[in-house]
Amino acid sequence: MQHSVSIRDLSLNFGNVKVLQHLDLDIAQGEFIVLLGPSGCGKSTLLNCIAGLLDVSDGQIFIGGKNVTWEEPKDRGIGMVFQSYALYPQMTVERNLSFGLRVSGMKKDEIDKRVARAAEILQIGPLLQRKPVELSGGQRQRVAIGRALVRDVDVFLFDEPLSNLDAKLRSDLRVEIKRLHQRLKNTMIYVTHDQIEALTLADRIAVMKNGVIQQLSDPHTIYNKPVNLYVAGFIGSPQMNMFNGTLNGTNFVAEDGTSISVATYDFATPVSGSTKAIMGIRPEHIVLGEESRSMPFSADVEIEIVEPMGSDTLAWTKIAGHQVTFRCNSDVVLKPGQKVVVGFDAGRGSIFSTETTNRL
Amino acid sequence: MSQFAQGSEAAVSAPTQHPRRARRKFNVMSIVGTTPMILTAVGVFVVCIIFSFIWSFTNSKLFPNFNFIGFDQYVRLWKSDRWNISVGNVFVFGICSLGANMVFGYLLAVFMDQRIQQEDLFRSIFLYPFAMSLVVTGLVWQWMFDPNLGIQSAVRQMGWTDFQFAPLTNQATAIYGVVLGGVWNGVGVTMAIMLAGLRGVDSEIWKAAKIDGIPAWRTYLFIVLPMMKGAILTAFILQCTGVVRVFDIVIAMTQGGPGIATQMPAIYVIQYITDRVNVGQGMAAASTMLLPVIAVIALQGLLQWRSKRKKEKAI
Repeated sequence: MQHSVSIRDLSLNFGNVKVLQHLDLDIAQGEFIVLLGPSGCGKSTLLNCIAGLLDVSDGQIFIGGKNVTWEEPKDRGIGMVFQSYALYPQMTVERNLSFGLRVSGMKKDEIDKRVARAAEILQIGPLLQRKPVELSGGQRQRVAIGRALVRDVDVFLFDEPLSNLDAKLRSDLRVEIKRLHQRLKNTMIYVTHDQIEALTLADRIAVMKNGVIQQLSDPHTIYNKPVNLYVAGFIGSPQMNMFNGTLNGTNFVAEDGTSISVATYDFATPVSGSTKAIMGIRPEHIVLGEESRSMPFSADVEIEIVEPMGSDTLAWTKIAGHQVTFRCNSDVVLKPGQKVVVGFDAGRGSIFSTETTNRL
Repeated sequence: MSQFAQGSEAAVSAPTQHPRRARRKFNVMSIVGTTPMILTAVGVFVVCIIFSFIWSFTNSKLFPNFNFIGFDQYVRLWKSDRWNISVGNVFVFGICSLGANMVFGYLLAVFMDQRIQQEDLFRSIFLYPFAMSLVVTGLVWQWMFDPNLGIQSAVRQMGWTDFQFAPLTNQATAIYGVVLGGVWNGVGVTMAIMLAGLRGVDSEIWKAAKIDGIPAWRTYLFIVLPMMKGAILTAFILQCTGVVRVFDIVIAMTQGGPGIATQMPAIYVIQYITDRVNVGQGMAAASTMLLPVIAVIALQGLLQWRSKRKKEKAI
């Protein structure tokens, strides 16, 4: 199958600092890929390399089957949307959309057609004669998307496009970007540090750390089967609960001696003998109440802190000597000091080797 | 219970009183610190300007007096050839040197913006003329333009024996020689201000322009330049004040000559107050010179007010 974007053995160094190291990435036609990671992990750098705004140190980039490693940004068949919108402030919205096309010498009626189409898709028709200062943040970002749209390209690049917006607008525009992708079916590469954006938008997420892709997979796999401790800790809010301990056959023994059965856990590779390991359980996989007695592991605990979130409630407690949060229905009344029974199935959790931090 | 109520009342009233007191209270040290400068500013600028203005309506000769003669000094001023030529000269000098200054200042800033090596060195070189007195600048350029020891003689020694380049000796070209010296002196400052403006432009604008395939020169001209209004206006106003009071460079280069070809209003003022012992006439000229300065300041104020109103409207 023809890949829309292919990255082969890409490296980028700034002096002695290795920002990207031997990175490979294949993106299918029409796929929505999110590059996710903390600041400084190289995700924006990777996007700038794809866009041609940074010269790579080594490796190759293919877009639409064409080697574009040394092509100019405008010849790569890409459109890009920036965090600061990067609109040209002295020009009207209409000029902003059409300026690049005019410079390239395109015919006027073709330009008008494209601008009209972009305005229709993004519903910015009434704003065309305004200047960027007269627009709200959300409107500005729509215009910025429109500027990528009129280029009529195969690949859209988004560099943290929603980070400058407030929470409400962010979720509105997030849905709109998803709608846009469903309508246009372009390949989209989207950089963010916001895991909600990543999980909601992506076909596949690439979780990055120190210039290396840790895991490249669909959101469900990333969330439920993280390949290593880093991905497990980075995705999910509140964080996955972690227990240090030792793995002995079908039992995980926590540091305080509590034994947790892992008979239901689907090991990636068979583990023999006794190994130091870390077990991780998502807060929503811990079950509250009497029915948890039937789970492979259950314990009587005391509630320490209760955080009602509206749609659900987070509770803090201690299991096997570790601080643990779990999520429960918001209708359940919990009080600090209350004694409850909680349980979980280790089969829904993740177990990592302490030594390599990789999933077992 | 009553005690508790009193306590809570005090607690409520305290925060409302506090900001009122803070607003009334001036910082004593800040008053002490700024008073000398305020007195100097008011005393030297405002009072002196007022007296200049008053004396421009008198027939003061060697010493200022208060024999008012109405607008006679102004009438005499505008009948004087020397003054009219001065005004014409300051316009030519102003338009040429401001234009050249802005254009070359921007070009230099763009050049400096290309991530060249030794940027600090180049910036110092371009700024250096401004650190020197205009008298020194003027003298150096006078030597350069001198037919017997400057550019003309150097080129002639190289073989082109009929080469002619001595702008200051010719009445028609002398003013442009002065313009060249003035631009050389001031262009570094314009560059520094414009460079700061260029560096203030969001790097993502550049990236967006690159993706759009807009050539660098068009980005500089049509996108970045309009974004630098503030820096351009600052540089422009700064250079404008230099034009109105242009004096020392002319004195150093041409002494107003040949003939009166490079006379300037400031020279006229100084000559009438000192050599020609006519304080009243000098003050009339000085007061007239103040008008364009006030006009420029008013224009700037108007522009600021308009942009402020525009912003308020947008919100």
